[in-house]
Amino acid sequence: MIGERFSSKQIWNWLENVPDPEIPVISVVDLGVVRDVKTDKETVEITITPTYSGCPAMRVIEMDIVTELAKHGVENPRLKTSINPPWTTEWLSGKGRARLEEYGIAPPRAAGGPERCPLCKSTDVERVSQFGSTPCKAQWRCKTCLEPFDYFKCI
Amino acid sequence: MTTTDDYALFEFLLRQGDNALVLGHRTSEWCGVGPVLEEDIALANTALDLIGQTQLWLAFAGEVEGKGRDANDLAYFRDPYDFRNVLMLELPNEDFARTMMRQFLFDAFQVPWLDALTTSSEQRVADIAAKSLKEAKYHLERSAETVVALGDGTEESNARMRNALEFLWPYAGEIFSDDEIDESINRKRIAPLPSSVRDVWNRVVDQTLSDAMLSRPESDFSHKGGRTGFRHTEHLGHMLATMQVLQRSHPGATW
Repeated sequence: MIGERFSSKQIWNWLENVPDPEIPVISVVDLGVVRDVKTDKETVEITITPTYSGCPAMRVIEMDIVTELAKHGVENPRLKTSINPPWTTEWLSGKGRARLEEYGIAPPRAAGGPERCPLCKSTDVERVSQFGSTPCKAQWRCKTCLEPFDYFKCI
Repeated sequence: MTTTDDYALFEFLLRQGDNALVLGHRTSEWCGVGPVLEEDIALANTALDLIGQTQLWLAFAGEVEGKGRDANDLAYFRDPYDFRNVLMLELPNEDFARTMMRQFLFDAFQVPWLDALTTSSEQRVADIAAKSLKEAKYHLERSAETVVALGDGTEESNARMRNALEFLWPYAGEIFSDDEIDESINRKRIAPLPSSVRDVWNRVVDQTLSDAMLSRPESDFSHKGGRTGFRHTEHLGHMLATMQVLQRSHPGATW
């Protein structure tokens, strides 16, 4: 009788409290990893999508979603993984982008590189490496404050 | 598997999954020993993308086969002669030059190939290809840049890239060697013939090698046998021994 007790709007709100395991300042909703929430009389069904196909955080995200929903009395939610359509950085919410920058990670841009250094805001930046500490990030460096920083790759 | 159609699809999916798996494992061998930290991280991330793609392809292969085998079963409990990757990808890394040249020769195939698969009549193939294509394009950007940087670098780096190219070249052509499985898959519009993307590959390879001050070897001879499973090199068994030892010794072990 789960679907009678919970609305999908409520579920979405609760999922806002589930942080990305590797970038804890943004939620899995802001990241665009949660694609769909369906509720009916039998169950709650949540569809998630990986950022990169080898993203090791997916299993942790599933566990965190189940744990968060259990706090609100949602038992045995069904988790589905979908890769169609494939995840894109366009799914990052405005709030997610702002939080990334505050945290020190430059948000993705269609131009293929960061707009500015997330620390000192200088636009004089250069790429160090196409890959960074997680599959979704690249390494950049600010030529003004000389600090290295992560850039959320645009795909 | 109930029909010959399923058999062809299973073999086709193993070819995709095993290419990603074997290259992914070889690339992961660099983890912790990369020439510089940034390259070490880049190689590990490339490996991770490839292993992720492997899971998608082999999970589907297991479902098509219908014997209850999942992606892990197919990765860890098959023997060398059951693998369907092209020979080039199972060769030892040797050095950074060979590793990056191989990555480039494969990426230059993978980008037009996966792009063609995005219009597959088999929806699941199209979905996996669309997901993998984004990653393959990113890999190609890096591998092509690295081939140019090293080829047009120092005397030493140019010599190493030349050696790598000459060593790998007699293996590169296998990827385009169509057989009856490819023809069957092509008739059902699941995928075009691999040979159909050779022109695009030639253009990208010729341009990049020229930018890298390297000359394309003349011979078109190619070793074959990996993608059909007819004959692998002696290196695959050694690689699998390392890759599979944990699951073979402790079947079903989990983290």
